[in-house]
Amino acid sequence: MRVIVPLQGVVQGRGGLVLGSIIPCALFYFLQFYLKRHRHDQDDQNESNSLDENPSTRSPSSGKLAQLPGLTRSLSRASLSPKGQSGPVTISGRVSGIIKGADSPYYVGLRRVKEDPYDELGNPNGVIQLGLAENNLSLDLVKGWLAENGKEALLGNGEDPSISRIATYQPFDGLMELKVAVAGFMSQVMEKAVYFHPSQVLLTAGATPAIEILSFCLADAGNAFLVPTPYYPGFDRDVKWRTGLQIIHVPCRSADNFNLSVASLDQAFNQAKKRGLKVRGIIISNPSNPVGNLLSRETLYSLLDFAREKNIHIVCNEILAGCTHGNEEFVSMAEIIDLEDVDRKRVHVVYGLSKDLSLPGFRVGVIYSFNEEVLAAAKKLTRFSSISAPTQRLLISMLSDTKFVHSFITINRERLQRMYVKFVAGLKKLGIEYIKGSGGFYCWADLSGLISSYSEKGELELWDKLLNIAKVNVTPGSCCHCIEPGWFSFCFATLTEKDIPVVMERIQKVSEICKLNC
Amino acid sequence: MAIEIEQPSVGLSKVAVSKTHGEDSPYFAGWKAYDENPYDESDNQSGVIQMGLAENQVSFDLLEKFLEEHSEASSWGKGAPGFRENALFQDYHGLKSFRQAMANFMEQIRGGRAKFNPDRIVLTAGATAANELLTFILADPGDALLVPTPYYPGFDRDLRWRTGVKIVSIHCDSSNNFQVTPQALEAAYQCAESMNLKVRGVLITNPSNPSGATLQRSVLEEILDFATRKNIHLVSDEIYSGSTFSSPEFISIAEVLDARDYKNSERVHIVYSLSKDLGLPGFRVGTIYSYNDKVVTTARRMSSFTLISSQTQHLLACMLSNKEFTENYIKTNRERLSKRYDMIIKGLKNAGIECLKGNAGLFCWMNLSPLLEEPTREGELALWKTILNEVKINISPGSSCHCSEPGWFRVCFANMSEQTLGVALERIHKFMEQRKRKET
Repeated sequence: MRVIVPLQGVVQGRGGLVLGSIIPCALFYFLQFYLKRHRHDQDDQNESNSLDENPSTRSPSSGKLAQLPGLTRSLSRASLSPKGQSGPVTISGRVSGIIKGADSPYYVGLRRVKEDPYDELGNPNGVIQLGLAENNLSLDLVKGWLAENGKEALLGNGEDPSISRIATYQPFDGLMELKVAVAGFMSQVMEKAVYFHPSQVLLTAGATPAIEILSFCLADAGNAFLVPTPYYPGFDRDVKWRTGLQIIHVPCRSADNFNLSVASLDQAFNQAKKRGLKVRGIIISNPSNPVGNLLSRETLYSLLDFAREKNIHIVCNEILAGCTHGNEEFVSMAEIIDLEDVDRKRVHVVYGLSKDLSLPGFRVGVIYSFNEEVLAAAKKLTRFSSISAPTQRLLISMLSDTKFVHSFITINRERLQRMYVKFVAGLKKLGIEYIKGSGGFYCWADLSGLISSYSEKGELELWDKLLNIAKVNVTPGSCCHCIEPGWFSFCFATLTEKDIPVVMERIQKVSEICKLNC
Repeated sequence: MAIEIEQPSVGLSKVAVSKTHGEDSPYFAGWKAYDENPYDESDNQSGVIQMGLAENQVSFDLLEKFLEEHSEASSWGKGAPGFRENALFQDYHGLKSFRQAMANFMEQIRGGRAKFNPDRIVLTAGATAANELLTFILADPGDALLVPTPYYPGFDRDLRWRTGVKIVSIHCDSSNNFQVTPQALEAAYQCAESMNLKVRGVLITNPSNPSGATLQRSVLEEILDFATRKNIHLVSDEIYSGSTFSSPEFISIAEVLDARDYKNSERVHIVYSLSKDLGLPGFRVGTIYSYNDKVVTTARRMSSFTLISSQTQHLLACMLSNKEFTENYIKTNRERLSKRYDMIIKGLKNAGIECLKGNAGLFCWMNLSPLLEEPTREGELALWKTILNEVKINISPGSSCHCSEPGWFRVCFANMSEQTLGVALERIHKFMEQRKRKET
């Protein structure tokens, strides 16, 4: 977009000397790029032996390549001197993207908390964590179960050689018994509204690889996914990093309570088409992160219609399905496709135990799909991200204890509800508006009244004050690509009830400072 | 009634439909035959004996004994005090205690001849993930890695599939016991250049799979010098380092670097895992040890896609930090592997079959070229099928390991009981006798 305008200027004779020389140089450079890539493609056909399988998947995502400064430098070195071996040994262009990403406020904040974590007694001036979507509220219940049943769950009752059960190679996509147990758990979490078929389940080491694996299977490098903003910052890594894919933002606005509209999806789709980007699917989170709202049944149907019309996939991340509180009904995409046979092939659900069962350390993620081709390919990819066997055994026991599971889900919901009510009451007292959501454990709140300039810069200045003066780590909306500055995500499930007044007091302090300065 | 309109089926990616995962090769097809009719000592004595899976089952009892005597490893102790922290721990740095234990274990395996810094250890869910991850970091799509043949068939998938990187073979043959030569290295590099491929590194497996032999110091030096001259990376997959059971002693690339005061070491990366040496492939524990800071930092972040369960890290930290256990395990495991190796070599010799002289790993590299109808890949595959269907043994044909000489097969000896191995050897003996009779 930014290149087109000056180009028009040059063509119409209005462009300056600078643009007049830069653009032809850039075009010449890209031409060199293209030629080098084209040479590679031709050589693919002359390969022998180990190279005689299908030419590898290197879809020349030249559009993306041009954006990574590290890559262009090393490639240009190569095109000048193919044998150029001077300088330190180089690493791939993929690397530069990561190094930039790690300095985003999302990660900086997490690091600060690690260095100086709040503790009521031990470190009362430490940083309070409200930036990580972790559910600490009901960990004691899981701990209690493990204290009673842990050892047996892991090693069995000592009849057969117990270690060989967990030591040897297991199916990479998870033991069938665990698939059955997880499918049962998912169904319980969603209040039995839908039955999950274990045969359509693949297990992965966390939801993070589940999203990446699906990205690899559904799209080629250079293709794009539509993702409503604001979205979970981790998607930038999971969907784009190693796959070479792009994410097209579909902005949601406060005027709509940040609900997704199909009209915006359509607009984003058409814009992408104009730019020559092929959209392969939509990725949605329900309950949404960071806003915490639920997608209505109508919206889910409209999404299906849209996907059908454009012949694209839908990836539905339902990792927070068990963390709903309040009275709104949660509807899983799996429930919709259970009723509508036709569109099963284009819908894929992602789930995991990190949020609902508070076990992020154990690494358990789920891909649920009726598309047999996707399952077959994804299954092979699970070998890079398998769940450790002892953990599988432990969870089979735990999740099969349906009494425990039922009690856990109920108590967890109650505690979430209580915490949510207390937290938003605190925000209300400070005069801070928030989106009333029924899902997840974040509060999506509007602090735009406290920022000096209505911009990303202003928002980040406020974030900095909150982190360093108030010593509260929250996630700024810009990390989640929110189009309106001033919105922040507060995760309240890492707190205890006693922490809430402390948090509110600290926010108030900063709020007063900001009001003085504005 | 509405007419069903045929929907255009929603498309999949090239990665999803490609065959680059290589899982259609005989290496994996044999496993299918085994799955359908697996040998069992009591229930299915005429079933297929699996000798194509490099798994170590000879020392399970040692692991079991440890777990029995140290319940804190598998249950966070009485009342589970450490549980909360463990359950929430998803830091890609990995448990410090586990990394420390891994570093110590790796040092012990090398007899203390090399030191490992726990902060250079990056954890992944298996060596499979470690090799793929390193490839993503060291090379761009379309680039090439040089790999000596014969090599582990899984590399075709692990190094190439999602990464888009190519493998160019460094051809080794029986004339010098399949060792890498400087000529072969240079030839591979030239071959890559002639195809306009940018070579980013060399990946060796030491001890080698499938040949079952450790690399000589002089060869390691040559490979390191070559990588330095070409300014490329060197990845040393040392997954079988703890499974060296007879002389010569295993020499790690870490020792070579140590002797050079770690000059030019930022191009070297070691892959390790507990799947073979400790017999725990189900645990999914792999590591990348890199002497390059940028690679360590990036690999760590990328390991988010392949983290090891914190529960497993906790268990293994307990186990591997117990010096008494690890010393005894390493020693005993080696002795048992040596015994198995002797048994299979003797048995094969009695049947008139020669093997490459090996000293490490869970398999031997068997030469059946005299039995081939024709000295070609097809001849080899025909023989492989015969052995699978008549002798009812699944072994791995050299062609699936990209061996340039037809007739070599990899035979695993540690993934079964001694008795089963005996049955397998009997069957092979009978098969060879029948063939001799047919010829006369």
